[in-house]
Amino acid sequence: MTEIYTFRCHKISGGVAEGEALKSSDDICFYLIDPKSGTVIEEGHAAAGKKVGGKVLIFPSGKGSSVVQADGLYQLSVHGNAPKAMIIKFPDPVLVASCIIMNILLVDRVDEKFYALVEDGDVIRVDADQGIVLLSKKGG
Amino acid sequence: MYLTPEEKKMLAGDYGEGTALAMKVLVAIGEAFGAEKMVEISRAHVALSNQDADLWFVEKLVAAGARCRVTPTVNPGFNSDYFRQAGMVSVEDAGIMERTYRAYQLIGARLSFSCTPYLFDNIPRLGEVAAFSESSATPYVNSVWGARSNRESAQSALCAAIAGRVPEYGLLLDQNRKAQVIVEVEADMSDDFSYQLLGYCVPKKIGHRIPVFTGIPPKVTPEALMNLGAQLNTAGAAPLYHIVGVTPEAPDLEAALGGRSPEAVVKIADKDLAETLQAISSPGGRIDFVMFGCPHYSLRQIQEVASLLEGKKLQAELWILTSSYNKEMARRMGLLEIIEKAGGHIVDDTCVDQPCWHHLAGKLGATDSPKCAYYTKRRQMRFVIRSLRNCVQAALKGEIE
Repeated sequence: MTEIYTFRCHKISGGVAEGEALKSSDDICFYLIDPKSGTVIEEGHAAAGKKVGGKVLIFPSGKGSSVVQADGLYQLSVHGNAPKAMIIKFPDPVLVASCIIMNILLVDRVDEKFYALVEDGDVIRVDADQGIVLLSKKGG
Repeated sequence: MYLTPEEKKMLAGDYGEGTALAMKVLVAIGEAFGAEKMVEISRAHVALSNQDADLWFVEKLVAAGARCRVTPTVNPGFNSDYFRQAGMVSVEDAGIMERTYRAYQLIGARLSFSCTPYLFDNIPRLGEVAAFSESSATPYVNSVWGARSNRESAQSALCAAIAGRVPEYGLLLDQNRKAQVIVEVEADMSDDFSYQLLGYCVPKKIGHRIPVFTGIPPKVTPEALMNLGAQLNTAGAAPLYHIVGVTPEAPDLEAALGGRSPEAVVKIADKDLAETLQAISSPGGRIDFVMFGCPHYSLRQIQEVASLLEGKKLQAELWILTSSYNKEMARRMGLLEIIEKAGGHIVDDTCVDQPCWHHLAGKLGATDSPKCAYYTKRRQMRFVIRSLRNCVQAALKGEIE
């Protein structure tokens, strides 16, 4: 039995994408993700050891120097390990500009209920242009 | 978003495809943040990085005919002449640096190659609208000089320099510049090094809110403020902070808060700084090198190192990264000679996060900067983090406690 929940979102960088959810309660610096494997290598990070490639990445905000955020995402893209979409709470100009230039889907302003429900591995479809997030949960 | 006729022409390609691409990025950012219009800038600083994404983007703009309307200063990559002569870079890596150099020359940047333009060659006045990228520069021009810049990325700052404007949102507006959290500093702040740790430990406690610090001595140095901003923006994202009695928008606590009550009050004691250091520093031992200058060292910091090294011999490599201006001053003042006689080096136009340092991969070094230790993890450098004085003493002994 799969349940589907629909939420509104606000487009920052457009597109449509679907993938498995990966949540991080910590902000993310993309430079501290190994581009060849897509694994978070920052010690002590909430998502340490997890792989971001092809995922719908859910995290509060970007962090780190303006230089490395863009290059981190660029290297992940070149190696085919960029996230398919990103859902954030606090847009920062560094992350926004990087996503627009590199055509990576980015949305914000999703209801708190979404955050309470979503777990790693849930399937998420984001349509940034329509402003919709669909969350599919398996089980009862 | 409202655009003037001139801005519409830029977006439509009347000034070439490069300017149009720059405007497209700026308009998209503006719409993401709910900006109502663009506002002209008088200064910009681009965090050139000589990394793949940086070179890809600037060459794309140059090929599309873009040229800066406002001449920006730029960050360092590495000094390719210096490292070629020293035999420390491959022909390929030096070639990439020279391509970056050429692309920024063609786009019309001032090739200043320093991450500390706010200390000497790109200093805004109170209230001036600017587009500064670089994680130590944005907080410095906002907080210490009272200029208005959002936390631009290297790319958005370059687009702003090309278009000569930025979308008006965020820290450009009065109401968004007020402090939300009071940080009461009870720790001993008599050494500039304490500000490195203060900056690093605060973001986890306050989240994405603007802090106002109390308890900071009024004679705080420019270097301490540089350290504070750099580390706040390594551990988190805090492009503006206030310090009561020190920064221009905080003559008193009430003004900094804009008359509102704080959302939270956080206390920082010596114990918090010690715990931060414990968490981010490698344990001591024999060290191979000391790295200073992330952000670029000031002349005063170079003087301090020279005074500790005079007449002595280093047991470990010692590198000081700084601007070409400071290096020339150090030469004129005899500081370069003192440091070189001891076996140390001053290198201009160079960042620690560059391929010229590959001989340090896998080695243990010492630095006074958590930012230096953080961004070199991908280059397999490990760092013991200590004060300037302790790092110099360690370089003289070849080991650190």
